[in-house]
Amino acid sequence: MVTYVVRRLIAAAFILLGASFLVYNLTAISGDPLEEFRASSAPNAAQLMQARSELLDLGTPAPIRYFKWLGGAAQCLVPFAARCDLGKSISGQPITEALGIALVQTLTLVTAATVLAILMGIALGIVTALRQYSALDYGVTFMAFLFFSLPIFWVAVLLKEYGAIGFNNFLREPEIPWYVAAGIGAVVGLAASMAVGGEPKRRAIIGGGGFAFVTALLILASVTRWFRYPGLGLAVILLAGVGLAFAVAVLVAGLNNRRALYSGLAAVAVGLVAYFPVQGLLNLATPLMILILGILTVLVGIGVGWAFGGYDRGQNMRVGGIMAFLVGGMIVLDRFLQAWPAYFDNGKIRGRPIATIGAQTPNLEGDFWIRGIDSFTHLILPTVALILVSLASYTRFTRSSMLEVMNMDYIRTARAKGVSERAVVMRHAFRNALIPIATVVAFDIGALIGGAVITETVFGVRGMGFMFLDGIFHVDPNPVMGVFLCVAVTAMAFNLMADLAYSALDPRVRVK
Amino acid sequence: MSQPTPQNELIAEREILAERPAAVAPAAGEARGLSQGQIVRRRFFGHTGALIGLVAFGAIVLLSFTAVGWGPIPGWWRFNHEQVSPLVNDGQPTLTLWPLAGGEHPFGQDRIGRDLFAMTMRGTQQSITVMFLIGLVAGFIGVVVGSLAGYFRGWMETVLMRLTDVVIIIPALLLAAVMSRTAGRRDEGSWFSSFAADNGVVVLGIFLGLVLWVGLARLVRGEFLTLREREFVDAARISGASNLRIIFKHILPNAVGVVIVNVTLTMSAAILLETALSYLGVGVKAPDTSLGLLISQNQEAFSTRPWLFWWPGLFIVLICLSINFIGDGLRDAFDPRQKKFNAKRAVARERSTTAGIAAAGATTAVAAPGVAGTTAGGDTPAGSVTPEGPTGGPEGQG
Repeated sequence: MVTYVVRRLIAAAFILLGASFLVYNLTAISGDPLEEFRASSAPNAAQLMQARSELLDLGTPAPIRYFKWLGGAAQCLVPFAARCDLGKSISGQPITEALGIALVQTLTLVTAATVLAILMGIALGIVTALRQYSALDYGVTFMAFLFFSLPIFWVAVLLKEYGAIGFNNFLREPEIPWYVAAGIGAVVGLAASMAVGGEPKRRAIIGGGGFAFVTALLILASVTRWFRYPGLGLAVILLAGVGLAFAVAVLVAGLNNRRALYSGLAAVAVGLVAYFPVQGLLNLATPLMILILGILTVLVGIGVGWAFGGYDRGQNMRVGGIMAFLVGGMIVLDRFLQAWPAYFDNGKIRGRPIATIGAQTPNLEGDFWIRGIDSFTHLILPTVALILVSLASYTRFTRSSMLEVMNMDYIRTARAKGVSERAVVMRHAFRNALIPIATVVAFDIGALIGGAVITETVFGVRGMGFMFLDGIFHVDPNPVMGVFLCVAVTAMAFNLMADLAYSALDPRVRVK
Repeated sequence: MSQPTPQNELIAEREILAERPAAVAPAAGEARGLSQGQIVRRRFFGHTGALIGLVAFGAIVLLSFTAVGWGPIPGWWRFNHEQVSPLVNDGQPTLTLWPLAGGEHPFGQDRIGRDLFAMTMRGTQQSITVMFLIGLVAGFIGVVVGSLAGYFRGWMETVLMRLTDVVIIIPALLLAAVMSRTAGRRDEGSWFSSFAADNGVVVLGIFLGLVLWVGLARLVRGEFLTLREREFVDAARISGASNLRIIFKHILPNAVGVVIVNVTLTMSAAILLETALSYLGVGVKAPDTSLGLLISQNQEAFSTRPWLFWWPGLFIVLICLSINFIGDGLRDAFDPRQKKFNAKRAVARERSTTAGIAAAGATTAVAAPGVAGTTAGGDTPAGSVTPEGPTGGPEGQG
């Protein structure tokens, strides 16, 4: 094991050397860095050209320049020396500094999108695998292929037009006509009836119920002008919490385990009791405080589950913890929504909240909640675009992995000995289907840091991908190398971790 | 392809075995007396999605290449992509579905009066050309590198696979951007730059192919590693076959499925990559046109002339979607473990099996608790083992 890791690391170092040499020289020969001055008629063009040549050290040939760069970059390996020197960009900014800024931008952009895409993709994949060859399966498969075929820059422009400009226009006068509400309700009802499966009567009831519920909800929201003055309030948190408690208990423990259900409901009750006392605290919120409160909430939920006791405390604690997290999330969401009218009427926003470009409104002043909403309204469009195009591969991968596992002998054995279908799917099948998915997810998280080049360009986020492209356009190898180093190191680290994780999860696979 | 390898016999045997409990006549003789090529062809043409994809793709290729012509050959459409004509109806599309008529400019015109149908067709042509070139170059290099590394092992494998590792850790989009900029250099005055000036698309396709072969090389190497240990390779070697003969006659025909499927999926990723590069301004350059470039030029005009944006996007989606469906059909057709290429027949068979069990005994309630759609019977291996779906790699996206 140790020798394996050491060998992999040594090989990785050599690969990194070779690849960085290639990238540096390719960038250097890909164009003429002095092109803009050659065409210019400015009187000091010759001086500018001279300055640029000195800055980029164009006198020395590119391969030798690479080794100079490598000498600076090698200092990054010395721990605690803080002498990392990756050169300077064409505008004179040190690359290490620029990388720090770009990395934060990129991670805020892609993290939420990747996590959501993975969660939704796995859920969809499991449902389609369980309903193989159903209308739902065909529908989701077709959608997966369609989304996979969409160019993200095209999706981005459509989202800007309809998601941002269209929605902002809607918010000016937020009234939903009854036929639009009915249409949305019909789509949701149809999807619900396809997802549940089973007897036609049951599907009709659930589909009709979904239709009526969604339509009524939309009309209610329109009448009460909810979109203008949104909020959840105690009643919605109570209803949604009870519903979620049942759902989580069904998935995690099954309804036969009453104690698990009760611990979920108790966690909801605790959350409701804490709703008013915690509001005063939330008014002074900082990111750190929200983090500490979140951890506390989950611990309280786990404690509630533990207190219910019974023969299987682990399940109670899991249900309690998940429910506490969800109810806590709803309370925070409610607080965000309370800040919405103030954000909406802010002089910098002027009633058009959903932004099409950038990562935040410049010079916006406000508390934690206002700034939170601001980054949310900026991130929502790129996040949706990224989810759309990356959802498909997760869905298909999970589906095939799950299908393979569901045909294993041990699944048949589990059913034969009378294990409930929930336990078969959630405990025997799902966990094993996750093993190959875990490695794919590790690869993708490793690739995250490279940023989403096109998404960043379209939405004007100055992240890693933007920095890289900018470097290429100006024939400036230093930023390109900085981005490449980050991407390559994380990618190789995560590849190694994926291999180790695979052998840890599946004992049949041994690393050697 | 048609030689009876042990693998094929194994498949045939397994299929017959798997077929027996189902006791449904029509599918039973599927593998008997047919060559591998015939089986694959049959399965492919039994895959509805793949057939629709093939027809759609063929129609798009035919339309785009005949409409505006290719090289010196003139097309039947009255405009070309550079020609400026007076604006008709402020450039709005004249296409009407009822009565079906194209009119003067079916897809509309841009601000200065160029015909969008001609531009879209030219862009489609360019995108498809780049896609095929990438498929050819990447497929060729991938197969050569993968088979040399997998067959000869030793130092050759070490060198080739380390080279693959070097190329693979550079994100494809980033490397492709550098490569296509290198390909787009016009300032050298050598034979290369004069060739590139006339055939920008060809150069772009070849350079991108030089980037995208790595995934295929790894897969082919893996396939060769398992196949070279098989008995029929030993038998060929003992009877005195040369290395070349073993590679071309014995191993490659068995690895052809992996190659074809992955080249197809690379091509679907390639078309998105090409459009993305053109969109970013490092792909096809301005006097010429491509689908990505058209979108990039016209996105600002979305609110005033939305059709300039819709048509090129629609063609990208159509091409990519049909290639993906073709790839899916090919994967199902080549995968020996995959039997349920015809889902309807499979469902019918399954129903009859479970119904038979239900009639036979009371154990059904335990053996197949009623989740509709899962293959509780277990007599047919459902679903492919290899990751299904679009795994061409998300490099082109993001």
